[in-house]
Amino acid sequence: MMTNLLKKTLILIILLLPALARASLEIVITEGIDSARPVAILPFSFNGTTRPSENLAEIVSADLMRSGKFSPLASIKMPQRPARASEIDFEAWAREGVEAIVMGQINEIGIDRYTVSFELIDVLKGNSGPSSQMLNAGKLVTSNEHVLDSRETTINGSQFRQYAHRISDIVYEKLTGERGAFLTKIAYVLVRPDNEFPYQLVVADYDGVNEQILLRSKEPLMSPSWSPDGTKLAYVTFERRQAQIFIQDIYSGRRTVVSTFPGINGAPVWSPDGENLALVLSRDGNPEIYTLNIASKALDRVTNHRAIDTEPSWSPDGKELVFSSDRGGNPQLYSVNLTTGTTRRLTFEGEMNLAGAYTPDGSTIVMVNRTQGQYHIAKMDRQSRFLQVLTKTNLDESPSVAPNGSMIIYSTMHGSSQVLALVSMDGRFKARLPAIDGQVKSPAWSPFL
Amino acid sequence: MNLNKVLKALLIAVPVMTLAACSSTSSTSADDARTSEAAEQVTDTVQVETAEPVVSPAEQMRQKLEALRQENTIYFDFDRATVRPEFVEVLEAHGTFLRANPSVRVTIEGHSDERGTPEYNIALGERRAQAVVSYLQNLGVSAGQLSTVSYGEEKPVDRSRTETGFAKNRRAVLVY
Repeated sequence: MMTNLLKKTLILIILLLPALARASLEIVITEGIDSARPVAILPFSFNGTTRPSENLAEIVSADLMRSGKFSPLASIKMPQRPARASEIDFEAWAREGVEAIVMGQINEIGIDRYTVSFELIDVLKGNSGPSSQMLNAGKLVTSNEHVLDSRETTINGSQFRQYAHRISDIVYEKLTGERGAFLTKIAYVLVRPDNEFPYQLVVADYDGVNEQILLRSKEPLMSPSWSPDGTKLAYVTFERRQAQIFIQDIYSGRRTVVSTFPGINGAPVWSPDGENLALVLSRDGNPEIYTLNIASKALDRVTNHRAIDTEPSWSPDGKELVFSSDRGGNPQLYSVNLTTGTTRRLTFEGEMNLAGAYTPDGSTIVMVNRTQGQYHIAKMDRQSRFLQVLTKTNLDESPSVAPNGSMIIYSTMHGSSQVLALVSMDGRFKARLPAIDGQVKSPAWSPFL
Repeated sequence: MNLNKVLKALLIAVPVMTLAACSSTSSTSADDARTSEAAEQVTDTVQVETAEPVVSPAEQMRQKLEALRQENTIYFDFDRATVRPEFVEVLEAHGTFLRANPSVRVTIEGHSDERGTPEYNIALGERRAQAVVSYLQNLGVSAGQLSTVSYGEEKPVDRSRTETGFAKNRRAVLVY
């Protein structure tokens, strides 16, 4: 009996060790590496005595890989380790299929001060031979056409992680033409049933690092929504054993109650101009959608139907809301024009469609689709109404779109745990962000920060 | 290296603590055994009878409340908010009690299973709580005694995500 207990204790200790060492969300890529474009992120060279604690090249590689669009070359496969751009053997890199190289250096210039410079190099242009070197007034000069971008900046030791994401943003934008979303955050609710405060509102970098708990509660927390300037969250709390909507400043911790009517106070979503919240109240008997002017507290009723109307989401121009309603029998998505009040049914496929949200360009609506009892994330083209199911995971809910429209974060089941997962907008790339401890739900992707 | 020391320290500390725990529990259970033997020996020569205690109205209400709290959950079908016939009796017991004690207030909590989306499930939970409220009002309970709160899928009693678990979570609970 004693040895059994000893074994259990040992197992417990071993299980706890990684939890102490790692951030609580860790990304596991489950699908979609094959279609990605090969790039190489060379280790940054370092001149100085105190090495920074973060590895820039590793963070940039991980960012680009997680975008689903790039496949960074493993360092053992790198044909050479050039110290500067002029030493690059373009042919060797081209043979590996590498399209672009990121290389750079870190110079320690003072106590906790570093200069970081990097170049993004196009391998194909560099490899096109004579054009890279040409005669100018009788002298041989190097053309810089193959250098897609180069930057230099001075940072302190605590800014390496943030600057790495900045490099990823620049590389991503140069190579895809689309803005990168690596300098963003996610908000989510963590549920730890055995904790004294089981419900926790958490904000972390988009990759799960730098997790910060903003609120701990004994009662449920729901539906965090970012203000467009990325400084505040609106959310639902049951701390008074009734639903209330609060706005909390992320940086000062200041909390303000904005809605505390009898019945449901739910689904708050910030308008694109940051002046209004769309929300759901059942104060008139059943759930209806309202808009609330945050400054004046003026309340406008948007829907008026005896069915359930909930889950409002703003169109990017702020003129329209998409919402879920079971007015047709089963819950489906509808849109309402806020000026004219004209309401249209948007979805007809599947047994249910819920939690609709526009992509940032307004072309697509992302939702939870139920078909044959299975709940998956789907998207629908606004023009053609073509609906495509993107995921194969189980009990998917709460989709939230990245501010550049490239990716959807949502909550799903993995084994017996509720976890966050990512799927690219084309459905080809999939990843999971399992929590080490607790259930994770209601993710909300921040705007560009 | 440091970790190794911590591990070793724990390896020693844990068995010692367990040993201490084992010895203390065994002594208490032995004492209990002796006491119950003594009580049994007396029953041969005498017979003990009990009198009905005088129960105050307050105590009567407390006892009834206690009984009602034991049966305070109504279960629902998937995506439905209709009170099933098997729960009519439970609701009638609560209705009779609430009618007789108009100063007592009850909160009806509505819950859903974890399928679908959290905010739609809040709406569904409220529908279930309201179905119970209407039922009690039809039995003559005053609206002022009844309030509702919907927790949707946020407070499941069974987190297994099986059909049985889902069925246990689709419920309305009367909380006094």
